Amino acid sequence: MNQTPVNLLEIRNVKKTFSISGGGFLSRPLTLTALEDINFTIRKGETLGIVGESGSGKSTLGRCILQLLTPDQGQVLWLGQDLTKLPAEEMRKRRQDLQIIFQDPLASLNPRMTVGEIIADPLRTLRPELNKEQRRERVLKTMAAVGLLPEMINRYPHEFSGGQAQRIGIARALVTEPKLIVCDEPVSALDVSIQAQILNLLAELKDAFGLTLIFISHNLSVVRHVSDRILVLYLGRIVELATGDEIYLDPRHPYTRALLTAVPIPDPRLARLRTIDGLKGEIPSPINPPSGCTFRTRCRFAEAQCAEQRPPLETLESGRLVACLRWREIEAAEPIAGTV
Amino acid sequence: MAPVLTVKDLSVRFALHDSVVTAVNNLNFTLEAGETLAVVGESGSGKSQAFLALMGLLAKNGSVSGQALLGDVDLLALSKTELNQYRGRDVAMIFQDPMTSLNPALRLKQQLAEVLVLHKGQDQKQAETSAIAMLERVGIPEPAKRANAYPHQLSGGMRQRVMIAMALLCQPKILIADEPTTALDVTVQAQMLDLFKTLTDDFGTSLVLITHDLGVVAGVADRMMVMYGGRPVEKGTVDDLFYDPRHPYTLGLLHSTPHIAKRAERLDPIQGMPPSLENLPKGCSFHPRCAFAFDRCLAERPALTALDNGREKACFHEGPMRYGKVA
Repeated sequence: MNQTPVNLLEIRNVKKTFSISGGGFLSRPLTLTALEDINFTIRKGETLGIVGESGSGKSTLGRCILQLLTPDQGQVLWLGQDLTKLPAEEMRKRRQDLQIIFQDPLASLNPRMTVGEIIADPLRTLRPELNKEQRRERVLKTMAAVGLLPEMINRYPHEFSGGQAQRIGIARALVTEPKLIVCDEPVSALDVSIQAQILNLLAELKDAFGLTLIFISHNLSVVRHVSDRILVLYLGRIVELATGDEIYLDPRHPYTRALLTAVPIPDPRLARLRTIDGLKGEIPSPINPPSGCTFRTRCRFAEAQCAEQRPPLETLESGRLVACLRWREIEAAEPIAGTV
Repeated sequence: MAPVLTVKDLSVRFALHDSVVTAVNNLNFTLEAGETLAVVGESGSGKSQAFLALMGLLAKNGSVSGQALLGDVDLLALSKTELNQYRGRDVAMIFQDPMTSLNPALRLKQQLAEVLVLHKGQDQKQAETSAIAMLERVGIPEPAKRANAYPHQLSGGMRQRVMIAMALLCQPKILIADEPTTALDVTVQAQMLDLFKTLTDDFGTSLVLITHDLGVVAGVADRMMVMYGGRPVEKGTVDDLFYDPRHPYTLGLLHSTPHIAKRAERLDPIQGMPPSLENLPKGCSFHPRCAFAFDRCLAERPALTALDNGREKACFHEGPMRYGKVA
């Protein structure tokens, strides 16, 4: 594909806050900033991985893209059309293009519906013009695509293992022939061997149906395995966005660098050789984030300027993004040479 | 040197309403002083139940047979009261979810001190001082202040550190950690694994690390035992099993694990899913998922046999294994 990539989605200045109880009876509600200054694009046909620790805002971002949560400000442009401004009825029609797969496969399936009913459900609301026969035909076709046998159509979710249940969840997302699927930790609850089967299935489906995927996970190895580009979030902000190779071979942000050295690698000799960039402490509270660069409290390269100034999200060569005031100095001082 | 723990013919059974399932079947292994043994397997492999049985923590419908020799004491032959003298003092266990293991109504120093008062006969004051010292040892900032906190006031990583501190208070010979980092973020996981390494080095504690994550195993373990359907299928040093696996299941697990250093390509997963314990396949319980299975595997169960370098495997297949696209 030598054409200029088509931007399927453009996320502009998205911000999302939640109001939470201050704790006490008379305390004022507190504002938790889950996402701020989110700007990036998703290209048609790519898999964009979103990584970050708990509380980084990765699931909130996925939900804001799908309009399952409404951003406080900013735009979510789907082929140029702002989804945040779309009337409910229009948005409902769009939903057949935008689907989601959840982490806990069994919890996300209605236990009182059969597999056939679960998979057909989105068609009832999103494709009301289809009759019962046409729906059944589509359901069977989709079941075959995800590796479910036709005779399973009348069974109930509890009769399935986690891996099979996740296939049902994938079929439900796939049945409306979407263009984009947000996969929110789709393999985190599965056994290792099943996890690999589902990852392969997603890759096959992506090729077969020309899907664009947003793959949210805390597991950097999984994300690296499936993604073309990777977005790294920290405390609700983008710290880096680059291709999988760039992130892995030439990470620019100190957080990405530290994150990479912390990823467990299934290779004992390599594991013994490498030194973990000891990130101190844990992700701070998003209710009261640090001033300036939000990562500075854990960053071993932080200086006075990092507390005063919020690093802008810089666009570098090849379109990669990074938000760090000091990345050039850091790279000069400590070049990456097989850190992982 | 004699092993710290010798487990012989350990079996764990659960009575269901109309049948009995065997979760662990004739498990034999030893744990050496100061070593880290990883116990690896998927859901239903019996990896957790085997160690819950050692600690006398099986569910009510569970029963255990066999021997677990801690020195010359058989842990499995002790009464609950007798076992209490050893639990926490000689053998400690920590779990995946620290919140469910800590008492939400007690301040940290109260629950930590209790262990020392009970096992070491220290007075409250003395015990609290030791508790605070241990909190500092496991990397809790401002330990004296944090000791007054309740569990809900701490983050997940901090709670797991408190669990480790509590487990190590009596400097046990053995620490059993069941998926201790599974619920944690990767940066916090790295800190915990690092802490395990330092602590086993400093205290000479033997660590049993129960996990499904081969990445975690590679970083900290000396030896590993792979379990499938309630039985060990391969045992050996971490290097032997990672670089030269002899059991098809071990090989399959390795090929199923994504590696950060490798470009996006298809994984070669094991086909099918882990078996139900109620309905284990005849012969080798792995044979329906095994690419190398032949007639004998369907009829007969392979026994765990010794190979070179102290390793063992339970598999009839001989010779090299060509797996999927990777030779």
